[in-house]
Amino acid sequence: MNEMSPPKAERAAALKGLGSARKRVEDARFTQGKGNYVDDLKLPGMLFGDFVRSPYAHARVKSINADKAKELPGVVAVLTAEDLAPLNLHWMPTLAGDKQMVLADGKVLFQGQEVAFVVAEDRYIAADAVELVEVDYEELPVVTDPFKAEAEDAPVLREDLEGKMEGAHGPRRHHNHIFTWEQGDKASTESVLGSAEVVAEEMVYYHRTHPCPLETCGCVASMDKVNGKLTLHGTFQAPHAVRTVASLISGIAEHNIRVISPDIGGGFGNKVGVYSGYICAIVASIVTGVPVKWIEDRMENLMSTAFARDYWMKGKIAATKDGKITGLWCHVTADHGAFDACADPTKFPAGFFNICTGSYDIPVAYLAVDGVYTNKAPGGVAYRCSFRVTEAAYFIERMIEVLAIKLDMDAAELRAKNFIKKDQFPYNSALGWEYDSGDYHTAWDKALKAVDYEGLRKEQAQRIEDFKAGKTRKLIGIGLTHFTEIVGAGPVKNCDILGLGMFDSCEIRIHPTGSAIARLGTISQGQGHATTFAQILASEIGIPADDITVEEGDTDTAPYGLGTYGSRSTPVAGAATAMAGRKIRAKAQMIAAYLLEVHDDDVEWDVDRFVVKGAPERFKTMKEVAFASYNQPIPGVEPGLEAVSYYDPPNMTYPFGAYICVMEIDVDTGEHKIRQFYALDDCGTRINPMIIEGQVHGGLTEALAITMGQEIAYDDMGNVKTGTLMDFFVPTSWETPHYTTDFTVTPSPHHPIGAKGVGESPNVGGVPAFSNAVHDAFRPFGLVQSHMPHDHWRIWKIAHDFGLHG
Amino acid sequence: MSKTHIKLTVNGKQHELLAEPRQLLIHVLREELGLTGPHIGCETTHCGACTVDLDGKSVKSCTVFAAQANGAEVTTIEGLGGPDGLHVLQQMFKEHHGLQCGFCTPGMITRAHRLLQENPDPSEEEVRFGMAGNLCRCTGYQNIVKAILAAAAEMNAAKEAAQ
Repeated sequence: MNEMSPPKAERAAALKGLGSARKRVEDARFTQGKGNYVDDLKLPGMLFGDFVRSPYAHARVKSINADKAKELPGVVAVLTAEDLAPLNLHWMPTLAGDKQMVLADGKVLFQGQEVAFVVAEDRYIAADAVELVEVDYEELPVVTDPFKAEAEDAPVLREDLEGKMEGAHGPRRHHNHIFTWEQGDKASTESVLGSAEVVAEEMVYYHRTHPCPLETCGCVASMDKVNGKLTLHGTFQAPHAVRTVASLISGIAEHNIRVISPDIGGGFGNKVGVYSGYICAIVASIVTGVPVKWIEDRMENLMSTAFARDYWMKGKIAATKDGKITGLWCHVTADHGAFDACADPTKFPAGFFNICTGSYDIPVAYLAVDGVYTNKAPGGVAYRCSFRVTEAAYFIERMIEVLAIKLDMDAAELRAKNFIKKDQFPYNSALGWEYDSGDYHTAWDKALKAVDYEGLRKEQAQRIEDFKAGKTRKLIGIGLTHFTEIVGAGPVKNCDILGLGMFDSCEIRIHPTGSAIARLGTISQGQGHATTFAQILASEIGIPADDITVEEGDTDTAPYGLGTYGSRSTPVAGAATAMAGRKIRAKAQMIAAYLLEVHDDDVEWDVDRFVVKGAPERFKTMKEVAFASYNQPIPGVEPGLEAVSYYDPPNMTYPFGAYICVMEIDVDTGEHKIRQFYALDDCGTRINPMIIEGQVHGGLTEALAITMGQEIAYDDMGNVKTGTLMDFFVPTSWETPHYTTDFTVTPSPHHPIGAKGVGESPNVGGVPAFSNAVHDAFRPFGLVQSHMPHDHWRIWKIAHDFGLHG
Repeated sequence: MSKTHIKLTVNGKQHELLAEPRQLLIHVLREELGLTGPHIGCETTHCGACTVDLDGKSVKSCTVFAAQANGAEVTTIEGLGGPDGLHVLQQMFKEHHGLQCGFCTPGMITRAHRLLQENPDPSEEEVRFGMAGNLCRCTGYQNIVKAILAAAAEMNAAKEAAQ
């Protein structure tokens, strides 16, 4: 029955499984303009919603008069908090255990806050009607400085919380204080600092910015009153969690809600949260009985949904004179804006910031984070990073540089001296994590060699001499970073969001003719899941990736999962995919053995088939097994070939990398040019090298944006100064450098295929690499710390302050 | 608001429609003609997701009134591929991983198509400059530039072979 089979390697290659630079299956529709994004959706009778927003950062809302707006032809309804209150939907729970106004309830707390929701026949009429709603405000004193939020005479921002001295994360000590989160050993750390040979101390600020995906947030809510079902299409990075939350707050039974995340035009953390627009569109659809679309514009996006960062990180690092780090102390003042809407696992109000000991073997450490309310937009999302991991990486990688200056030591050498060694893994950090695997020295040495680090330092020294001799006006900065991430949230024992454990899932159905469909609890926003998850499965079950459809984002069909953010898809859903594949294979083995008339243990797996041990000419391919499972009775085995796996990861994964940025800086204009950027990533087992490289390029460019200019800035009145793409920096192809990528492979010991996740590493490692390059260029002139973003003006100012303009 | 009578040719097909004077071309293309390839990313001419070809020039259709396109020839991403399948630019974007979330891609390819008409053999620097009106948040541009250069090479080779 079996002819000569192609050799093993040829059969494996045909699968396009793990390690294949398989071209993306998503691209045919995207390149032809046939993607299916939420704003493309047009349902019969659909109305359009738009917001009246607050021009003030802090004001009492004395009255709202919507009469003129309602008289405008084409306007169907105007909703205010008063209309939502009877449904108890004028406030909603946040992901951080706080609550947030859906529409202004008596007062507004940040500029751009949602005040009223206009529903009209088209978007033009809705925009006209927004202008006709008259709101009478009484301005109140504004708090924009987090260090003044807890002043004795600071205005009470959250009147709803007045007198409540117990918050979602412990005691509150002031009316604008949200929480204090402590980790590590305070007494021991302070004792080490007190007796250390050297202590370097610095304030490191990671400024407020925004994920700014090219597609803004939006939804279409459609309440079918005949059968009582609500369908919610939207830009959701966690569709299943949205369904549960929508059910809990609306009272609609969960089986009557269907959430669909169609194609998503980038997320980067912006689309994790629940926003007023979703609630208002749902209510408007229930009220009007027809579908209601809400799509935010860019200014609304930058002003109101999901800021990131805004951490003031005070650090002290203790070391011996020869550079062995002995302790780390950190205090963070975290500006959370008007409502605590941070997207973090419940037990981690500052996310995984306690990864801030980085790649270093630091015996003792202490961390305290204070969250405060200010009159700024809520958010605090993980903008292309795992929860607060980029802040942590920036903090430690700046502190290492600050220590190197204090010790008058080369920063590359200081890092190598303190890396956790290969044989120390699994490594328990002073702030409570168990690093799964790593080989930092190998990666570091490879990186330094690749860029000819010694040669670069010589060139830099020569350049300084030339600069001082008046021969050049350009300096060279060499930005070093060795980062360690913590991704793949996470183990249900300590990771949940709103009580939902952070496992993920995959369900596989093998069709009779040997092709398959796999559905997952995650949702791609450009990461290429339809391509890579099929590759994982191809290697597990021996069906070519091209014959496997991957589907995500429809809660009526996909198994429950917590979605895509924090680089969790590969570590968690990728693991579920492999585990579901293994269940398929276990059943297939029984069927193959039956067909081959041998005992189960007498067949073995060989790429795409089961072979009788010792008789390689006797085999059954997975395709043959699939058909048999549907067309003949197999004693003791149920018909069909399907499996589902819900994977609860035993630990996080810890990707790492070594990045080096070489930057030329024009002292007179503050302009920079990135001459070279070398990025070595170790994300464990590599599923698709082409996609990994694409993720690295993209993450580095977002890091470039954040470091060199991108910010959400406020004036003292709480006005947003960077609300359009004119002011909010997004690099073009012209400003973006060429990147060189490289890798090492240190598999995760606990992940079924050893993969760790990569999407966020380049942002996490990129920011310190770019920033350290700027700092390094001015180190010979005495610069220790200068806050981001390093735009041209701020770089010019550094040069000016050090007297370099003569 | 009274409406204006507009005639325009989109992807070779003639259309007549009524539009408000303030109605933007992107909304007419997406909502009246059902061409949802061009996207809206900023509505302020910065991001280029809405880029279409208007009488032989790249324009950002979020800041062009539909009335300004009266009598014009418009090409959107939907008009680039032929009956034989993908345009070479579309193929090269796939081949070189020049896209991720796909939201900027239609505008990006439509702009690249015009760029290669204007300059059939561009240098990397010319591609980077010529594409600077189109923002991408996912790819870091490196593979987009690679895809456009590869498409240019392929188109030039095909031209030479035809001569």
